[in-house]
Order: sequence, then structure tokens, then C-alpha cells
Amino acid sequence: MHNQSVIDSALDQPLQLGDHQLHSRLIVGTGKYENYDLMQKCLDASGAEVITVAVRRERLVDKEGRSMLDFIDTDRYTILPNTAGCFSAEDAVRVARLGRELLDQLNNPGKDWVKLEVLGDKKTLLPDPMGTVEATKELVADGFKVLCYTSDDPIMAVKIKEAGATSVMPAGSPIGSGQGVLNPNNIRIILELLKDGDADYPVIVDAGVGAATDVSTAFELGADGVLMNTGIAHAKDAFKMAHAMRYAALAGRLSYLAGRIDKKLYATASSPWSGVISYIPGE
Amino acid sequence: MMKLTVNGEPHEMSENAPSVRDLVVQLGFGDAPVAVEVNKQVVPKRDHETHALADGDVIEVVTLVGGG
Repeated sequence: MHNQSVIDSALDQPLQLGDHQLHSRLIVGTGKYENYDLMQKCLDASGAEVITVAVRRERLVDKEGRSMLDFIDTDRYTILPNTAGCFSAEDAVRVARLGRELLDQLNNPGKDWVKLEVLGDKKTLLPDPMGTVEATKELVADGFKVLCYTSDDPIMAVKIKEAGATSVMPAGSPIGSGQGVLNPNNIRIILELLKDGDADYPVIVDAGVGAATDVSTAFELGADGVLMNTGIAHAKDAFKMAHAMRYAALAGRLSYLAGRIDKKLYATASSPWSGVISYIPGE
Repeated sequence: MMKLTVNGEPHEMSENAPSVRDLVVQLGFGDAPVAVEVNKQVVPKRDHETHALADGDVIEVVTLVGGG
């Protein structure tokens, strides 16, 4: 099947993320699916080339004794290990290194990067700002390309970029909340600050996406990518939503590149006035 | 009897000078991809056979799971 997530090269450039070139700008998670078969179908339908996974003690198996890795084609997908669930810089660094070791065993190109999350609180899943910057510095020094989850705070985003992150990934709204992009102006400011004199610096909206419009909104604001999981995995029909998100990413990105019209208070007719046979009020 | 802590739980090994590999096999992981950390340091797969465990070692054995 032709991969419809890939935009014609005449229309868009691939997204350069560290040493990786992404032709699909949608990155999807692998969690919360009803079963691994559905996950596999949804990953395919999303068109994503990069998928994120977590590092855990338990080897979670389904009823037939199968694990998630049995359903992931590691030759097809670049795996982005995350440090989800870590509440300190120290633990996040440990988990990042364990993830790298696993991807090294799988011989997957994702072994050089990590999606860094250092959480501050279990209820909000908001990041711990100090721990996030500390872990970023340590992981960068250890050779990692760090894609860093953060809130939509513009100054935090700047600090994380200064700490050496390959990409800053502000949340549109809380993880798994499905509230969409709650503060588009903060995302705009982040984009302006991080891309000032560095237009290609990648900013990815990570978290909070609930519907296709949210994905398109993120791209129309100028985000380079969107990372999401729950919005697909917990949709009533996850497989359909995976398609919707793929098209939303394409639509939003092209809409951004195309440049929207200015909003005007009054109507402007699309058909010419000249040659109208009827009476025009006021003329 | 060697006393270890594996994934937060007490764990005993009766083998003489067990290696990381011995532990991975005993836990039933076989050749499945698992990463092992001993006392907060990752032991790369290529060293699993040769890295000897010591009494009191704190070990994490992890793998990749679905997540976002």
C-alpha cells in the first residue's frame, strides 16, 4: 500500500530530528490499546515512522502470552524510548540508558535518542522543570539526542533548548486529557523564541490531543510535529481515529505551509459582481 | 545462598558465582530482549555472561512495553 502519510516531496520537506529524517510528522505512542492486534493496525494506519515505547520491569503479556514487541516490526519503525513515569532526573537518566541498551539489542536506529519526561506530580503529569533541565544536560553529555516533554511555558522551553535538547516538546494540554491545544498563544511564543535565528529547530506538540482538529491546530500554529497516544488508543474506534490523525497531520501541515488568508469582518464574494442580472441592494 | 534484590523484591540464587545471564535465564526471560542494571549501572548484553553477581546486588531487569 502506498504510504499516504508521506507528503509529496514537492510540497514539504522531511522533518529532521537529530540524525533521523521523518517523512510522517506524526509520532504515536503504543500504550493503552485494547489489544496488541489493534495497536499494530493503528500504528500502521497512523502512517507514523516513529513510535514511542516505555521501559518497565514487568514483561506485560496478553492472554496468549505475547508481548508488545511481538507486534512491532523493528525494521519498519524507529523506536523512541521514553522515560514516562520518572519523577527525578536520576531515574529518568537510568531509564534512558536502559532504553538505549534495549534498542541496541534490537539493533533499532532509535538507540541514540530518548523522549525525556521528568514528572512533578502524578495527578497533573506536569513536568518537574528543574529535574527536566538537569536530566537533559546529563543525557546530552552522555551522547543522547533528547526530545524533551515540557509544559507550554515559553521560558522553560528556552531553558530546555539551552540545555542541549534536540527538540522541545510542549504539551498542548495535560497528558491523556484530550483537551487539545489549550493555549495556542504560548505555543506561538515558544515557536517564535526557539526558532529565532534557528528556523529549523524542531518543536513538537506532545500530549493533550483529542481530535483531528487538535492535530491540525498544532501544525497550523507552526509545530514541526505532533506526538500523541491516548487520542487514538482510547477513541471509540481507534482504527478510524488513527486514519483521522494521519490526515489531520497532513492537512494541518499543508495548511500552515500554504499560508492561510487573513480573517476579515465582512464577506467577500467568490463570484464576480459584473454581469449579475439581478437588482443589487444599495447600488 | 546469594541474596539479591531483583525488581524491588528479594531474590535468592543458589548457583556458585552466578552471572547476569544466569539470573536472566532463571527469571524466565531466555533470549527475550531485556536490559539489566546492577547497582544503577547498565550491564550491556555482551557482558551478561561474564558479569558476576555479588551478594546484596540491587538489580533491575526491564523490557519495552506500550507507552506514550
